Amino acid sequence: MTQLALIIDLNVCVGCSACVTSCKEWNTSGSAGPLVDLNPYGADPSGTFFNRVQTFEIGSYPNTQTVHFPKSCLHCEEPPCVPVCPTGASYKRPEDGIVLVDYDKCIGCKYCSWACPYGVRELDEDRRVMTKCTLCVDRIYDETLPAAERKPACVLACPTNARLFGDVHDPESEVSHLIREQGGYTLMPEWGTRPANHYLPPRRTTHRIQPDQLVRADNPLKKERQLPMPALDEPALDDVTSW
Amino acid sequence: MDSTAPRIEHKNTTCYMCACRCGIRVTLRDGEIRYIQGNPEHPLNHGVICAKGASGIMKQYSPARLTRPLLRKPGAERGAGEFTEISWDEAYSLLEERLRRIRASDPKKFALFTGRDQMQALTGLFARQFGTPNYAAHGGFCSVNMAAGMIYTIGGSFWEFGGPDLDRARLFVMIGTAEDHHSNPLKIAISRFKRNGGRFISINPVRTGYSAIADEWVPIRPGTDGALLLALTHEIIRQGLFDREFLIRYTNGPELVVQDEGSERFGLFVRSDKPVDEGCFDPQNKLWWDRITDRPVDSHAEDADPFLLGAFTLPDGTPVKTAFQLLADRVKDYTPEWAAGITGIPAATIRRLAHEMGITARDQKIELPIAWTDTWGRDHETVTGNPVAFHAMRGLAAHSNGFQTIRALSILMSVLGTIDRPGGFRHKAPFPRPIPPCAKTPRGPEGVRPDTPLGGMPLGWPAGPEDLFVDADGRPVRIDKAFSWEYPLAVHGLMHNVITNAWRGDPYPIDTLMIFMSNMAWNSTMNTVEVRRMLNDRNEDGEYKIPFIVVSDAFQSEMVAYADLVLPDTTYLERHDVMSMLDRPISEFEGPVDAVRVPVLPPTGQCRPFQEVLIELAGRLGLPAFVNPDGSRKYRDYPDFIVRYETEPGSGIGFLAGWRGAGGEKFMKGEPNPNQWEMYARNNCVFQYHLPPSYQYMRNWNQGYLEWAQRHRLTRYAEPILLHLYSEVLQKFRLAAEGRGGARRPPEHLRERIATFFDPLPFFYEPLEAQRIDRARFPLNAVTQRPMAMYHAWDSQNAWLRQIHAHNHLYVHPGTARAAGVEDGGWVWIESPWGRVRAQCRYSEAVEPGTVWTWNAIGKAPGAWRLSPEANEARRGFLLNHLITEELPAEAEGVRVSNSDPVTGQAGWYDVRVNIRPAAADEPHTSAPEFAPVPPAPGTAAAPPRRLAYRAGAGLFKKLFG
Amino acid sequence: MHPAFSVIFLTTLIGAGQGLFLALYTSELYAALGLLPAQDDPVYFGIGALLALVLLAGGLLASFFHLGHPERAWRSAARWRTSWLSREVIALPAFMGAVTVYGALHFFGWNPVIAVLGGGTAFHLTAAVGAVGVVLCLTLFLCTGMIYACLRFLQEWASPLTVINFLLLGTASGFTLATAFAAWTGRGLTRFFGGWALILLALAFLARVSSLIRNARLRHKSTLQSAIGVRHSRIRQISQGAMGGSFNTREFFHGRPARLVTTAQWVFLLLVFAVPAALLGVGLTRGGAGWLAAAFLVQYAGLVVERWVFFAQAQHPQNLYYQAA
Ligand SMILES: Nc1nc2c(c(=O)[nH]1)N[C@H]1C(S)=C(S)[C@@H](COP(=O)(O)OP(=O)(O)OC[C@H]3O[C@@H](n4cnc5c(=O)[nH]c(N)nc54)[C@H](O)[C@@H]3O)O[C@H]1N2
Ligand SMILES: Nc1nc2c(c(=O)[nH]1)N[C@H]1C(S)=C(S)[C@@H](COP(=O)(O)OP(=O)(O)OC[C@H]3O[C@@H](n4cnc5c(=O)[nH]c(N)nc54)[C@H](O)[C@@H]3O)O[C@H]1N2
Ligand code: SF4
Ligand code: SF4
Ligand code: SF4
Ligand code: SF4
Ligand code: SF4
Ligand SMILES: [Mo]
Repeated sequence: MTQLALIIDLNVCVGCSACVTSCKEWNTSGSAGPLVDLNPYGADPSGTFFNRVQTFEIGSYPNTQTVHFPKSCLHCEEPPCVPVCPTGASYKRPEDGIVLVDYDKCIGCKYCSWACPYGVRELDEDRRVMTKCTLCVDRIYDETLPAAERKPACVLACPTNARLFGDVHDPESEVSHLIREQGGYTLMPEWGTRPANHYLPPRRTTHRIQPDQLVRADNPLKKERQLPMPALDEPALDDVTSW
Repeated sequence: MDSTAPRIEHKNTTCYMCACRCGIRVTLRDGEIRYIQGNPEHPLNHGVICAKGASGIMKQYSPARLTRPLLRKPGAERGAGEFTEISWDEAYSLLEERLRRIRASDPKKFALFTGRDQMQALTGLFARQFGTPNYAAHGGFCSVNMAAGMIYTIGGSFWEFGGPDLDRARLFVMIGTAEDHHSNPLKIAISRFKRNGGRFISINPVRTGYSAIADEWVPIRPGTDGALLLALTHEIIRQGLFDREFLIRYTNGPELVVQDEGSERFGLFVRSDKPVDEGCFDPQNKLWWDRITDRPVDSHAEDADPFLLGAFTLPDGTPVKTAFQLLADRVKDYTPEWAAGITGIPAATIRRLAHEMGITARDQKIELPIAWTDTWGRDHETVTGNPVAFHAMRGLAAHSNGFQTIRALSILMSVLGTIDRPGGFRHKAPFPRPIPPCAKTPRGPEGVRPDTPLGGMPLGWPAGPEDLFVDADGRPVRIDKAFSWEYPLAVHGLMHNVITNAWRGDPYPIDTLMIFMSNMAWNSTMNTVEVRRMLNDRNEDGEYKIPFIVVSDAFQSEMVAYADLVLPDTTYLERHDVMSMLDRPISEFEGPVDAVRVPVLPPTGQCRPFQEVLIELAGRLGLPAFVNPDGSRKYRDYPDFIVRYETEPGSGIGFLAGWRGAGGEKFMKGEPNPNQWEMYARNNCVFQYHLPPSYQYMRNWNQGYLEWAQRHRLTRYAEPILLHLYSEVLQKFRLAAEGRGGARRPPEHLRERIATFFDPLPFFYEPLEAQRIDRARFPLNAVTQRPMAMYHAWDSQNAWLRQIHAHNHLYVHPGTARAAGVEDGGWVWIESPWGRVRAQCRYSEAVEPGTVWTWNAIGKAPGAWRLSPEANEARRGFLLNHLITEELPAEAEGVRVSNSDPVTGQAGWYDVRVNIRPAAADEPHTSAPEFAPVPPAPGTAAAPPRRLAYRAGAGLFKKLFG
Repeated sequence: MHPAFSVIFLTTLIGAGQGLFLALYTSELYAALGLLPAQDDPVYFGIGALLALVLLAGGLLASFFHLGHPERAWRSAARWRTSWLSREVIALPAFMGAVTVYGALHFFGWNPVIAVLGGGTAFHLTAAVGAVGVVLCLTLFLCTGMIYACLRFLQEWASPLTVINFLLLGTASGFTLATAFAAWTGRGLTRFFGGWALILLALAFLARVSSLIRNARLRHKSTLQSAIGVRHSRIRQISQGAMGGSFNTREFFHGRPARLVTTAQWVFLLLVFAVPAALLGVGLTRGGAGWLAAAFLVQYAGLVVERWVFFAQAQHPQNLYYQAA
């Protein structure tokens, strides 16, 4: 069985929000749209977005790490948002594991959003139905697009390639490899929701210098006669050995 | 086909949501934008896009779009934003009449200044043809220190001109770069670099954006990088970690410098009497000291093996030292311990960084099997790389000691042997250029004459005092005083002083100020409140001090309110544009690249591209380059101009390098091709030339490349471009200040300034502002950063982007804040010697404790950009610019200088020092200073929607503009 | 959570309606068992059931305000297999139907004896319909409570106490109302209901205070660490990516100072329990429908506050992601 998902590599995510606006842009005129913006030119503008990038500071100065953290629906394998939906508008597609909302059925009761621990569903206040990341279903199967572009909008946009898309059930897929090899993890594992989206942790490359790397026969200072040399008249063993 | 099916079109063009200029593919549905994506076939962004680029829809359909030419309402004050609509015919006749009069009397009374535009080749040409010296673009307030500091040292610079080769680097050191500089290309590169296991170090007082994914963050006190870089160089030289071979062959390090204190030639290179060609390049008639024969020899002599270090005496008794010895002497006392006290970085860290750089450069060498020949005729089997790459930007540039700091950086890069080599810094065409490049301004007021083009370029690259643009008394000819003794190497002008100078009439009053694409009444001003007052200030006779202000903008920015005449520009999706080799192209390391924009949408309302305005005006005014010999207009429109214009008749050099020649079979140089636009359009709007691999590296000294560049007219000469560890150009200015050499002398009051700052070797000094204020009262450095999802002031009108950055906070280290009694989320007064601002504070552990920072240009004047006066940007957003002065307090009676680098005139944005204290409990939770709201300009949207549900093809936005 | 007034009124109104029905039926059962004098006043049961129905309908109406698309509300019965909300949507009208039938039977006197138990106790049709009503009523309490209790990670809610509280508070308020109603209709049941009301109030008090104590001691399983998967003791959010707020900041935060929630908690303890108990005491000892009616009104107001606190105190784990703009 296929389970499509996004893998987010925090090691290279710079928090640029390209995934945020490219998502909005694709989806507002796509099958999931339009996505409303409230007070777009006034106080406290807000709107429907399927994906947001947040920032966290970890540790204290000067050992601070800044982590940019994109988050959209994780397409859980045990999605608590689905069984609670009274209308069946929220559903998980058996064929590819994508969790979707059928806008024609949704009554806008918000209950599914209560049932999602991750805060990724957003009620569109114009259409008054629940919305969320669709994994760009209207892109990834669109035969009119070139094959290379049958990927979610955010994945194509991401300048650091921090977003990868694939089947996490296929052990041979690129995403499965990455999850295995780079310690991919899921969010709030304590609830057993088994998110399909995984995150790859930040990795730090360090460089240890061995003291002997500073001592080299080919030190150019030698050629420049600049390495400290004792004066010829300083005492030496030559002067005292007597056999 | 079903006639009700939506009409889908795909069009390629080039993004201009920022200066990066990625290739984009725009999908239209029924004539409205469905989607903007990165063009996968574009060499710059390879299909990716950024937050701004993907929000182009909301810019295109912004309610703040200007759509009619506007004239200030009679009787209305400037700044009040009251306008009446006029026709383009009226606007043109008004301008034509005014400009004709100015040109016929005193062309310098017309000043044309442009902001973050990418058509300086055209605007500059217009100014030059008009005959005014008063032209510049944003570079002076942006990063001229970076350009000048590096170009005067290595013949190239970061950003458009060159960059770090992260595909091959092992160690990447990023200094003073925020999060979107060289946006997508750098993000692509950093990510690949990290995934390849490279080590990334960021030196920055703040850790956000790119620095977030750095392997190590080295917080530094602002304005002190010079000390760090000199200490790193100290340690690298002390440990012998420099690349001796590289320094000897490719830099002026081993060349001998006169050390005879009393000599007219003190501090200049010893020149042999070997005959040399004259021209704008660095003649190769200097001397080395040969180790084998222990005698001076011609530099680069065939069998010579010179000393890099040492002091010698010439046969004629002249004491000399190698330039590298002078550098070593200079950095001798710049120890890591010394730098630790200044930068706040522990000495052990500085030492470790130096070792890491030196050892990586030395031990992880790259050898590419690429044979090449140097300019001295030596064949090399391979290209070597020392894989340590640097990138730096305004964290270094925007300080008044930035030029020397950037010289220090360029020298460190050279000492490590990383210039135009794999894994290090690499040039982008048309760089490298001679040091300094050839273009020159006129040398005196005689270059400015009525009804005559300017007798030189408005901007140039002085090689010595003789190239300054001053009158016989040493007074500036330009309104911004660039190329005067105040800022001799102000190679990008000083746009930030234009309004103040024009207002004061110093050096002279002007008549018409034309501003294109710059928000000079807001975020690109220093001392914003005062500058806004100056724009509206009158003489005793009631005439405005700046009599006529013309603004070309596409949106109702803060600047628009101060215009007498507003020219509504098109957006980037509605016009032709070129990213020209004559300007700042988008070249890649592998060779020249230029690009175009083609319209994907028709202009909105009455909008006209500013390019068309210039072509029209130039035709009307009969500027020689724009008219036929009979005086008739030469170019139908801008696209026609781009195709047919040649720098000189028959030169074959024009704005676009691709598909030249009658049939498009030539490139770089060739006759005009009437179908050039179509050929660009068919090819993703971009022309890329791949140099053969043997021309891709070591270009400063690569015979093949230099001759190729010469043949293709990128450069005039194919002379080697030695790296200037030691800058003779600077020494010439210093000698003039000391009353030696040449004929020109600085005026008395500037002598010491020139003698101090024109040091031929990099040195560290505290930023000028900090030297002149009470540091105990203003203990904190305040800096700004650009957020990735906002471009300067433009994007607050963007309904999507402004949700990400609706307002800004002052970020403060918790310890610093608590010491000042400021709570997390509390409102504070930020005070500098020049002003105060009320803002909201947020604690952050990712900022050096002596630094406070905020996002740049988020705060907005109420009513501007068609945001409601209640918008967060106006109520809770603030502008740090209110705290920054454009002039430093007088040192001596009547002597004012710009708050700028004394060498280049680079605006010292990040020198400002502040203190913070909590706002009183009864003060409103809004930012201060406050401004009166401006009304909507005629022609902008009737009523910005309160709810927006955009869907391409639904005609939602057609309603906005009727 | 952001307390939604639609849901506050839905749960409190139907709770009182359910409680009132239970009170009516209790009195009928007691009478049938001979523990009370026979209750054969059709108006008493009819009006009582009508009152219950009005409360239930009011709740139902309130719930429509919660929906983005009330016109599609009918769809919400579809997923009764998995969704407690769907089950509630079925249980509520079913229960209302039962109450209607129950009231109508009483009112119109269609109340034949359908069985006679050993000992001569006559078993009327209404007793049977009422029994069905009770089952539906309890089911409805279960559904309503489980809507909240089944959200595992809303730990303040995920407890049997949630269902018990809905049950006891609803029942207690219904009995209080029944007490006032009895006094108003001049029936002799005032003390009967009043006594039960006090007992239920005491039980509800115990249960509700237990849940308050439980919630105060609760250790949330989700932390910033598990939310973003970074193991470090000091993590602070700097930005949530939307400075003007979003659905996530509006729906899951009450946006009021913590002090207000604590105050509200004391207010509801007074209004739901202490004051009504005192008023009931006064009303029952001194007589007078006014005191008793006041007891119910105060208690209902208290329940609105209680439900507000119920929402406001629930810490949704999603809030970990929305701590700083
Ligand atoms: N998204 C976006 N991208 C842009 C722009 C934009 O507005 N928005 N603007 C474009 C333009 S015009 C420019 S000029 C570039 C500028 O690009 P950057 O140079 O990256 O611009 P700044 O945002 O000014 O960042 C300056 C950085 O230097 C740091 N800094 C300040 N003082 C010092 C110092 O003394 N030492 C060190 N080491 N660091 C210091 C600051 O903390 C900050 O991180 O960006 C371009 N790209
Ligand atoms: N405090 C502080 N101030 C700074 C800086 C800083 O770091 N800190 N950075 C400085 C730097 S590096 C820079 S480059 C400047 C940038 O400052 P500006 O050059 O003033 O840049 P913008 O604010 O973007 O203003 C550009 C203007 O161009 C208009 N515009 C946009 N698109 C078009 C178009 O297609 N046609 C026309 N005609 N107009 C258009 C916009 O509406 C806007 O009014 O800011 C400087 N100011
Ligand atoms: S687009 Fe990529 S790098 Fe940018 S915020 Fe999203 S995931 Fe991170
Ligand atoms: S992340 Fe939330 S909305 Fe998405 S499937 Fe999981 S529970 Fe449902
Ligand atoms: S809001 Fe829509 S999708 Fe969510 S639970 Fe209610 S009906 Fe289902
Ligand atoms: S997969 Fe599609 S819908 Fe989901 S976040 Fe990415 S762009 Fe948005
Ligand atoms: S970096 Fe973004 S805004 Fe800038 S040109 Fe590229 S896509 Fe456009
Ligand atoms: Mo800039």
